[in-house]
Amino acid sequence: MYNASDLRKNLKIQIDGDPYVITEFQFVKPGKGQSLYRCKLRNMINGNQFERTFRSVDTFQTADLQEKKMQYLYPEGNKYCFMDLETYEQVYLTEEQLGDAKNFLIDSLEVEILFFGDTPLGITLPNFVELTVTRADPWVKGDTAAGNSKPVTVETGYQLLAPPFVEEGEKIRIDTRTGDYVTRVKN
Amino acid sequence: MIHVPAIMSPVSKIKDRDSARNKDNLLIRAMIIRGIRQFFIDRDYLEVETPIRIPAPAPETYIDAVPSDGWFLHTSPELCMKRLLAAGYSKIFQITKCFRDKERGKHHLPEFTILEWYKTGIDYWEIMNECEDLFLFISHYLGMGEIIRYRDMKIDLRKPWIKISVRDAFECYSPLSLEKAMEDNRFDEMVACHIEPHLVCEKPVFLYDYPVSLGALARSKKDDPTVAERFEIYMGGLELANAFSELTDVDEQRARFTEERAHRHELGQTTYPMPQIFLDALHDMPDSAGIALGIDRMIMIFTGTDTIDDVVTFTPEKL
Repeated sequence: MYNASDLRKNLKIQIDGDPYVITEFQFVKPGKGQSLYRCKLRNMINGNQFERTFRSVDTFQTADLQEKKMQYLYPEGNKYCFMDLETYEQVYLTEEQLGDAKNFLIDSLEVEILFFGDTPLGITLPNFVELTVTRADPWVKGDTAAGNSKPVTVETGYQLLAPPFVEEGEKIRIDTRTGDYVTRVKN
Repeated sequence: MIHVPAIMSPVSKIKDRDSARNKDNLLIRAMIIRGIRQFFIDRDYLEVETPIRIPAPAPETYIDAVPSDGWFLHTSPELCMKRLLAAGYSKIFQITKCFRDKERGKHHLPEFTILEWYKTGIDYWEIMNECEDLFLFISHYLGMGEIIRYRDMKIDLRKPWIKISVRDAFECYSPLSLEKAMEDNRFDEMVACHIEPHLVCEKPVFLYDYPVSLGALARSKKDDPTVAERFEIYMGGLELANAFSELTDVDEQRARFTEERAHRHELGQTTYPMPQIFLDALHDMPDSAGIALGIDRMIMIFTGTDTIDDVVTFTPEKL
C-alpha cells in the first residue's frame, strides 16, 4: 500500500486492477492549503495515458510486478518466444512490447522479462550484446575521404554506424541502451 | 550592477558540481537578502530574531511541523512576531529558516527561508503596496530595471499589480463554484489546477479575499464576515507570499484554532498544544497587517529558474 506522499516519477501502482507507471509527477501545495500530487500515468498493459490529481487522503495498491530471467528462443509471426530457465515455461512478447530490443535478440540471449501476475509486459536486455556483422563495405586503407564511420548491418538486420575498419564476419559489441557501437570483439 | 565579492572562487576551483552550477544564483541570493535588509532598514523597520524551536506552533490544518525533542521547529515565526507587536513594537521584519514536514517538490523544500514583516495601524491593502515597492527596490538593487525576464516570460513589476478577488477568480476560471468547492473540500485543487494557470501573466497578481475558514489568523471583513482579509501573490506561475489583516479578537482566534485542531484530529494528524501565551498576548495587539514571503521563490524569480533546488546551497537529498 502506498500513500499519496509516496508518489514519485517511475513509481508503479495498481488502479482498478491494472498496473500503471507514473511518467510525470509534480508536488503542488498552496502555502496554507492541502498537498496535491499531480500525476501523468501510463497503463503498463495497453499504454493508455491519463492525468490525475491525487490528494493526501488517497491510497494506492502496489502493482504485483516481478522480473524473471528468461532465454530468447525464436520469432513466431510478429511474436517472440522466451523460456523461463527454471520452469521451462514459455511466453510470447509482441513486437510492440519489445520495441528497440528486437534489434538485439539473438538465439539463447538471457534477458529479464517483467510480469504483472502472469502477463508479460516488457523486457530488459543485458547492457551489452555481441553481434556478428553481416554486411559492411570493404575498408580501403588510407582512404581518408570515407570519414570516421560507415554503416554496417548485424545479424539481426539492425543497422548502425561503426568505424571504417570493421569488416564482414567480425563480432562487435553494442550498447543496447543507446544502440551504439562500443568495440570490435576479437574471436 | 551586482558587486562581486572578492572571495568568490572561480567555477573551476569548485569541486562540487551542483554548487558550481548554482554559483551565480548564490551570488544573486546573497544580494537579494542584502537588498531586503536595506529596504526595511530604510523604512525604519526593526529586524528581529524569534526562536526557531517552539512548544506550540499555530494549529493549521494542512501545515505539519517537524517535532524537535518534545517541541517543534517553527513553520513560520508568525506567533512570536505578533507577540512582539503586542509588546509595543510597531514595525518589525525577520528573515529566518522555517520547517514544514513532508513538503518537497519543484517549488518546495522542507527547510526554506522566509521573510515576514508586520506593521501596526495598517491593513492588507497597504501590505500589497509595500510588496510592490519591495520587488521594485530589489530589481533596481540587482540592476535589473522595472520589467524583468523570467524564463520565457516578461514580468512587469511597475505599480499597480493586478488584483483579483478569490470570488471573481472562481467565477472566471473554476469549473466548480466557490461554494461547491468549499463544500467538497476541493478549494485548493480548483486554485492549483484551474485558477493558477490563468494567473501567469505579464504582471504579478494579488489573489485576495479568501473564505474565512481559510484564514485561521486573518481578520474577517467588516461588511462581510464570511470573507477573510487575506491575499496571496502569484508571479510567473509561482506562489510567493501570503498576507493578512491580522485577527486581534481573542475569542475569535481561539475558536478558529479550536476548529483547525479539530480538523487535524479528524485527519489523524498530530495536534499541537493550544498556543495559550500567544492568545493571552493578543489582548494587547493593535490592528496590524503582516506577510510571509518565500525568499527562495523570490530568488527563483530573479535568477530565472523554475526549480527551487537551483537557488539553495544544498537540498536535503545532497546532505
